[in-house]
Amino acid sequence: MSLVDPVLQGLVDSLNAAYGLCLDDGRLEEWPEFFVDDCLYQVIARENVDNGFPAAVMYCDSKGMLADRVVALRRANVFPEHFSRHLISRAVLTAVDAHVVTAEASYAVLQTRNDGETRIYNAGKYVDRFLVEDGAAMLMSRTCVYDTHRIATLLATPI
Amino acid sequence: MNSIGWVEAERSTPTAIDYRVYHEPDVFAAEQRNVFKGRTWCYLGLDAEVPNAGDFRATHVGETPVVLVRGREGQIHAWVNRCAHKGATVCRSLRGNQADGAFVCVYHQWAYDAEGKLVGVPFRRGMKGVGGYDKDFDPANHSLETLRVESYKGMVFGTFSLEMEPLEDFLGPVMRKYIDRVFHRPVKVLGYARQYMSGNWKLYSENSRDSYHGALLHLFYPTFGIYRQSQDSAGELAEQGFHNVFTVSKPKGDIDYTSFGDEANREMQGATKLQDESLLQFRPEIADDIGLHIQSLFPSVVLQQIQNTLATRQIVTHSVDKTELVWTYFGYADDDEETTRHRLRNLNLVGPSGLISMEDGEAVELCQQGTVGAEGKYNFIEMGGDDVRGYYAPMGMDENAVRGFWKGYLELMDDALAPSTAEVLA
Repeated sequence: MSLVDPVLQGLVDSLNAAYGLCLDDGRLEEWPEFFVDDCLYQVIARENVDNGFPAAVMYCDSKGMLADRVVALRRANVFPEHFSRHLISRAVLTAVDAHVVTAEASYAVLQTRNDGETRIYNAGKYVDRFLVEDGAAMLMSRTCVYDTHRIATLLATPI
Repeated sequence: MNSIGWVEAERSTPTAIDYRVYHEPDVFAAEQRNVFKGRTWCYLGLDAEVPNAGDFRATHVGETPVVLVRGREGQIHAWVNRCAHKGATVCRSLRGNQADGAFVCVYHQWAYDAEGKLVGVPFRRGMKGVGGYDKDFDPANHSLETLRVESYKGMVFGTFSLEMEPLEDFLGPVMRKYIDRVFHRPVKVLGYARQYMSGNWKLYSENSRDSYHGALLHLFYPTFGIYRQSQDSAGELAEQGFHNVFTVSKPKGDIDYTSFGDEANREMQGATKLQDESLLQFRPEIADDIGLHIQSLFPSVVLQQIQNTLATRQIVTHSVDKTELVWTYFGYADDDEETTRHRLRNLNLVGPSGLISMEDGEAVELCQQGTVGAEGKYNFIEMGGDDVRGYYAPMGMDENAVRGFWKGYLELMDDALAPSTAEVLA
């Protein structure tokens, strides 16, 4: 087993931690900034991935689409008022190829609605490709593969 | 439930339904008998989900777990997923292929074939002459409970009713015409999404038939200035009232959302522009301009084409206030990779995270929460009149199809909502 480069490991883990806090703090407008322009962001059921089905509940293949999601959330969409809380594991770096790092990390998103109860809302893993340049990492693609295939009510806030 | 409750529920009409029907476990139990196991055909899945012999898919009829299986001869069978011995769940996977065609209950290894016939019982004669079943034991009397299965253009339905008319008659010519439209060529499954709502199944059934709420609850289009008054729309009901379809054609002419904004209470923003419009792109692929086709087939499925998204939404009634919506997304079998990618982009519009549809899950829950303790009080369904018509123009704001749902529902539930003589006398 090859040694993990601690610098890359730190860049990926730091990005994941900042990503989770950004969403949980409700700073949705900053969320697209974790991605490169020509990105891919998907939220897809594990049952689809395991069976080779491509359908995702969110499929954004440009940074513009991420920004549109946020505008829609702010101005158009109606959903239960809630807080999210991301718990993200240390990433496992699966490959490093020049500036591109592929990695996976487990996540659990807890949700607290107005009744005050905190529920496990969505659990799964991130399957990611990062672009690492000039000492910083950006997401080229993030696929959120969720185990919780029974989505409670609806899924509005990104995972 | 006391007899006064039954009398109140019995007073429901298609324009005024007692809120009790969303909360009362006895009404839910009666629906399982009269609606889901009664004189209806319930959607089980798509032919394309079980293409090969041995393929199976777990499904439901109302609350009852059912398995859909493709047999060796290519026939599709459906049986209740409940072992004839002790009632255990026989098939424990959501889907798969049972190559040898045998479904074995893990508890005592009773084995069933694809048709649900009992084909194996371990130690039937006992062990070394001790125990075992009586010599009169006939496996033919211990098969799984089966459903009659019929399919139309690749949509598979089942019924528990022996007297039920053929599926094609239940759907009727108007519904069939629109099913033909979507299934004009072979389809392939693109995947699933499951949405679990804390609400009664009828709230979703009303929602899918309600064309009044479309541009008021779902503000994605108007927010981005995409509402077009010039869209043509049409709504049609089947004879029973409880199936409906409504369509909106691709807009012809200029964007004009001002007259809408004057009427709607929530502010029309309109100034915001989408940064990436590709998710809205519509490539007509059926010989008409229809960009939205939402068809609710009583009691348990919605068939949709919205832009280039194709899906069935199956309604699973887990309990009086828990409803699961199973979205099965599909494309056409001959789609190339680029077409599939286009459909995936369009899918952002629909489903549990759908930019133009996610609110439906919230609306169902709000109505469930808001009607707690409201037994004996009634909703008000008179937008566009108080009658049920076969044809209407839903963009003109009309709840005709919601009234149609209740008309058909009340007919099926009639005896169940009425008090029995004994209860009245008690």
